[in-house]
Amino acid sequence: MSLDNFLNLEQEYDIVVIGGGTAGPMAAIKAKERNPNLRILLLDKANVKRSGAISMGMDGLNNAVIPGHATPEQYTREITIANDGIVNQATVYAYAKHSFTTIEQLDRWGVKFEKDGTGDYAVKKVHHMGSYVLPMPEGHDIKKVLYRQLKRAKIAITNRIVSTRLLTDASGAVCGVLGFDCRSADFHIIKAKAVILCCGAAGRLGLPASGYLMGTYENPTNAGDGYAMAYHAGAELANLECFQINPLIKDYNGPACAYVTGPLGGYTANNKGNRFIECDYWSGQMMWEFYQELQGGNGPVFLKLDHLAEETIQTIEHILHSNERPSRGQFHANRNTDYRHKMVEMHISEIGFCSGHSASGVWVNERAETSVPGLYSAGDMAAVPHNYMLGAFTYGWFAGHSAADYVAGKEFSALDKEQIAREKQRVYAPLLREHGLPPAQVEYKLRRFVNDYLQPPKVTRKMELALERFDQIEEDIAQLKAANPHELMRAMEVAVIRDCAEMAARASLFRQESRWGLYHHRVDFPERDDANWFYHCHLKKDQSGRMVSHKREVEPYLIPLDDHERNAYDKLRLKAANG
Amino acid sequence: MSQKAHDIFFRSNAPVTVDEDKCIAHKGCTVCVEVCPMDLLAINPLTQKAYMQFDECWYCMPCETDCPTGAVKVEIPYLLR
Ligand SMILES: Cc1cc2nc3c(=O)[nH]c(=O)nc-3n(C[C@H](O)[C@H](O)[C@H](O)COP(=O)(O)OP(=O)(O)OC[C@H]3O[C@@H](n4cnc5c(N)ncnc54)[C@H](O)[C@@H]3O)c2cc1C
Ligand code: SF4
Ligand code: SF4
Repeated sequence: MSLDNFLNLEQEYDIVVIGGGTAGPMAAIKAKERNPNLRILLLDKANVKRSGAISMGMDGLNNAVIPGHATPEQYTREITIANDGIVNQATVYAYAKHSFTTIEQLDRWGVKFEKDGTGDYAVKKVHHMGSYVLPMPEGHDIKKVLYRQLKRAKIAITNRIVSTRLLTDASGAVCGVLGFDCRSADFHIIKAKAVILCCGAAGRLGLPASGYLMGTYENPTNAGDGYAMAYHAGAELANLECFQINPLIKDYNGPACAYVTGPLGGYTANNKGNRFIECDYWSGQMMWEFYQELQGGNGPVFLKLDHLAEETIQTIEHILHSNERPSRGQFHANRNTDYRHKMVEMHISEIGFCSGHSASGVWVNERAETSVPGLYSAGDMAAVPHNYMLGAFTYGWFAGHSAADYVAGKEFSALDKEQIAREKQRVYAPLLREHGLPPAQVEYKLRRFVNDYLQPPKVTRKMELALERFDQIEEDIAQLKAANPHELMRAMEVAVIRDCAEMAARASLFRQESRWGLYHHRVDFPERDDANWFYHCHLKKDQSGRMVSHKREVEPYLIPLDDHERNAYDKLRLKAANG
Repeated sequence: MSQKAHDIFFRSNAPVTVDEDKCIAHKGCTVCVEVCPMDLLAINPLTQKAYMQFDECWYCMPCETDCPTGAVKVEIPYLLR
């Protein structure tokens, strides 16, 4: 067998959207709305009908900015504080101002949100300061709703294509997409005037404590492909050292759901059944307190519901066992955990990159433009802090509009044959190799190293060792053997995870201070150092192919912070639990 | 080279199972195969029934929820059970 055995399939579209989870469908629909003459392709590694983080629906909006309940200014202030000040407020503010328009659009399309007796949205308070949580107890149909809109807008959809690299032209602008079919192994070469990356989080970076490769918090299809593609195309990535780490149900590794249960009276407790944090909103500080409790002899940490009334528990069961992660009821039943009598054991998640939950992503501005011409990004992989699902939809919307405007009157660039040949060689090597290492084992070892050396608290010497280990894994990747196209997909993901692991180590080494609570706690630099590090840290591939970092000024605030608010998230530990 | 590593296959118990009496893949159904985000399910060409081909399940459930005949059952993978 040789490279020629794999068919080249060539196509061209004005805009290619990679990733049809949450942000991607919105981007495709809004680009088409902006200019109905455009030819748009939505590409997914899975099947758009059920792909991505919201595959089975969602329990609620975590960051709804709804008139009468919250203002865009208040939300921007809250996220600025929750993210320790390192925020391009223009991006957060742009989201906040558009948040309600996005909700109204989804509502018109048929997504169901909780409303009170008067028909007003039933917003709940979970954050430290404002109220932004809008439950969706009947939120399981969200993918169906999106799919209907994609069909109505006549968006071309191609499923089961694993995109691996972006093509760039002589000026450095993005001009195409390469990928392969994970069933037939055909090679896809797609010319494009603009590309929108919506590939979700880097969810397979750390190894879950269970040791099960696919037992991740994130949908494991999201291996970090978008981060790697953007990096290799020359894009800048922002604040990657601000890892994603979440408080989850132990072993099951899904959200324990303080956002659902909190407004109904549930809370996070230590092994004495006592509250130790006053606010369950996920932030670096909250995770720091969670970690202290786990390590300090007061762990494990639990989700406490056993004090609630029967009726309330039934409501909680109805939501948590039918939506978002519907297998959790079965998980609890296997372990005889009945919310009525037992607290739910929690643990800390593996590390990842995700701007949906923290702030680590491909740099974008308030128009969803990356630093590479013709390349846009939205959703978990695009660096707009704490953006969650509604932020993914909203930035998908922005990306669709921006890309549609950019391609107007633009010609296709010629594709570089050499780039294509090089990538084809790289992709198919594991299938052509007669003998070699199994992708699952290499992935296991790589992700175990990620845990051993990169999991916070971060230690300089360990992270330096990590870089040596990741170099060795690079050599192992050159020895991977894939027995079929499916395993080839896993092999290509190992390369993606390795790239992200190196980015995680280098970004963490660069910022010589501690910030964002547990997300970037450096033992060798334990204090926050605003004088030297009140900056964004950006990472990119330089001209000679090296991974380099630099500081970038934090943009002047649009919405100033009051002195008394500034440290609100530093005071999450309850006084009673301090002793 | 005189020494060559051969493959040893690691045995696993499929957490996702299909009731073959209920499965109508022989009539052209491929719903569960289509919706699985991890692409783990396939139709066995001999029996014309769906089955789990790869053990990389995220226990997310679209396969079970969307099967028109209720033939699919998702168990939590053993390592997490
Ligand atoms: C378990 C869980 C619970 C959550 N709960 C909430 C909640 O209650 N409220 C809330 O607001 N937010 C919640 N979130 C966050 C929210 O779901 C995400 O922020 C949002 O859905 C991200 O959208 P996205 O488009 O970036 O990624 P996704 O929706 O995950 O889409 C990424 C897509 O990219 C595709 N893809 C990946 N790599 C490639 C490739 N190489 N080639 C082609 N396609 C590719 C994937 O198949 C997938 O379809 C939750 C997330 C998780 C995981
Ligand atoms: S969805 Fe159900 S009926 Fe259809 S192929 Fe799968 S198991 Fe069979
Ligand atoms: S539970 Fe999810 S990952 Fe597992 S087989 Fe079904 S659809 Fe695929």
